[in-house]
Amino acid sequence: MEILGIGAEAILVKTKFYDFEVVRKTRVRKAYRDATLDSRIRSKRTILEAKLLAYSKCIGVPVPTVLYVDAHNATIIIDYIKGKKLRDILDKLPESDLRKIFHAIGREVGLLHKAGIVHGDLTTSNMIVSGGKVFLIDFGLGYFSKELEDRAVDIHLFLRALESTHPNHVKVAFDSFVGGYREIMGEYVDSVLNRVKEIRLRGRYVGERRKRKYKEQSFYKPQQNCEEKVGM
Amino acid sequence: MKEKDELIVLGIESTAHTVGIGIFSSKRGIIADEKSVYRPAKGGIHPREAAEHHSKKLPSLLKAAIEKAKCDPHDIDAVSVALGPGMGPCLRIGASVARAIALKLNRPLIPVNHAIAHIEIARFTTGFHDPLVVYVAGGNTLIAAFVEKRYRVFGETLDISLGNCLDVFARETGLGFPGVPQIEKLYSKGKKLLELPYIVKGQDVSYSGLLTKALQLYKKGSSIEDLCYSLIEVAYSMLVEVTERALVHTKKKEVVLTGGVARSRILQEKLSTMCKIHKAKFASVKSEYAGDNGAMIAYTGYLAYISGIKIPVNESFIMPFWRLDEVDILWRS
Repeated sequence: MEILGIGAEAILVKTKFYDFEVVRKTRVRKAYRDATLDSRIRSKRTILEAKLLAYSKCIGVPVPTVLYVDAHNATIIIDYIKGKKLRDILDKLPESDLRKIFHAIGREVGLLHKAGIVHGDLTTSNMIVSGGKVFLIDFGLGYFSKELEDRAVDIHLFLRALESTHPNHVKVAFDSFVGGYREIMGEYVDSVLNRVKEIRLRGRYVGERRKRKYKEQSFYKPQQNCEEKVGM
Repeated sequence: MKEKDELIVLGIESTAHTVGIGIFSSKRGIIADEKSVYRPAKGGIHPREAAEHHSKKLPSLLKAAIEKAKCDPHDIDAVSVALGPGMGPCLRIGASVARAIALKLNRPLIPVNHAIAHIEIARFTTGFHDPLVVYVAGGNTLIAAFVEKRYRVFGETLDISLGNCLDVFARETGLGFPGVPQIEKLYSKGKKLLELPYIVKGQDVSYSGLLTKALQLYKKGSSIEDLCYSLIEVAYSMLVEVTERALVHTKKKEVVLTGGVARSRILQEKLSTMCKIHKAKFASVKSEYAGDNGAMIAYTGYLAYISGIKIPVNESFIMPFWRLDEVDILWRS
């Protein structure tokens, strides 16, 4: 037995299940939460995650296979994927690989969305590069939905994760991602991207929100459309 | 008396309901922090009335601050002001006064982002070097960390802020303002966890549905104690959960809580419990600097000043929607 990681909500242990090398994912009790609230959240997420993983596997998206589910103890057993977390290798990748990987991720997320699955936590920590494939892991915040809004939130969170963790690679990564997504979803990608833009404007204190634009200043690099000054 | 090599920076805060003047000295630290808070008779903040309050209070606050700091106005080396984010009418008052002082004394004017000031004062008073920042106030709820020259946002509310959610709940149920201490008083008397929406989307939270549902249950006659217990439990747990996600994701070793809601003992305890699991250190900003204040603007203005940041008076426009991740943090590497 080897502890693979103590994630934000679960402990992942590498172990054996019959002859398989597997990961046992247990959602641990959080002492900061009310006990009733805590067990409700943990068992709900465990069951949902198992379902989402199984569905994703069926439609050909690289995800771990679910071998066992124990809702009462908030535990699932899934097969072990040998590889590297995208978060840890991304900044060292040559641009051609970066494009390939994000194109593949775009296709995978497209397939999920097409099948009515929203991942809910698309960050580079939740992607494992293994044998030329990118595996999506941790469906703990996923759910079933075909709503434009939910799909757009999924992509908004992914873009934000890229911006905060890999600020120097956002453009290449996201453009390639959109290319892959477009292959699966076609023109629909444009409505998703428009909605993503809308969601970003809902955030607190977004410059473009009321079409007010700021004067460019030496210490402040304006984002697009922020060049006019605010009247006093 | 001003010492040799001592730098003194004046800071003006007027982004929302608080108007404040702070003075920071490079030798003596924070040497003045005067403020006055606008309290509406009923309802939320009316921007114009708040601005009126600020313009009435500023002259006496300025005088009191300079007296307290025991310095001559001419000892001031730079004038800093929060140009945003905040309410336009309120921002204009602080900006006008700052411009006037800068011109009168012939000193540089330093633009300060209000959110960055909350972060910097938290680092200053806790001594934490590179923390994950949880910034919770009436206008903001976000989790940020320093990556590549800027404070990047790792999670935030998708709609209303935590402080706003609790304040509105308290107001609608007649608990008064500020809402957080009132709700927390009843929290300990609540026994039953009511079913309220627990909404975490990735690293973001959403509070508007929670507020609506809590008010609906109140109108249907649920016990106010149980409601306060459930509301606090759900609202804080959501925030702690996304903080935990951000902590694991960024691998930071320290977590700091800042902003008006940072005074909450319950939230502090929950975050501290979470930090222990991940062996991270936790601290909350010194309570006197949790709410909006001029000292944090003066201190951040000082950091900006020694990094060479200043703004010509005729370009010092207010920026009501100035996001913290648009500011280059030149004083950190």
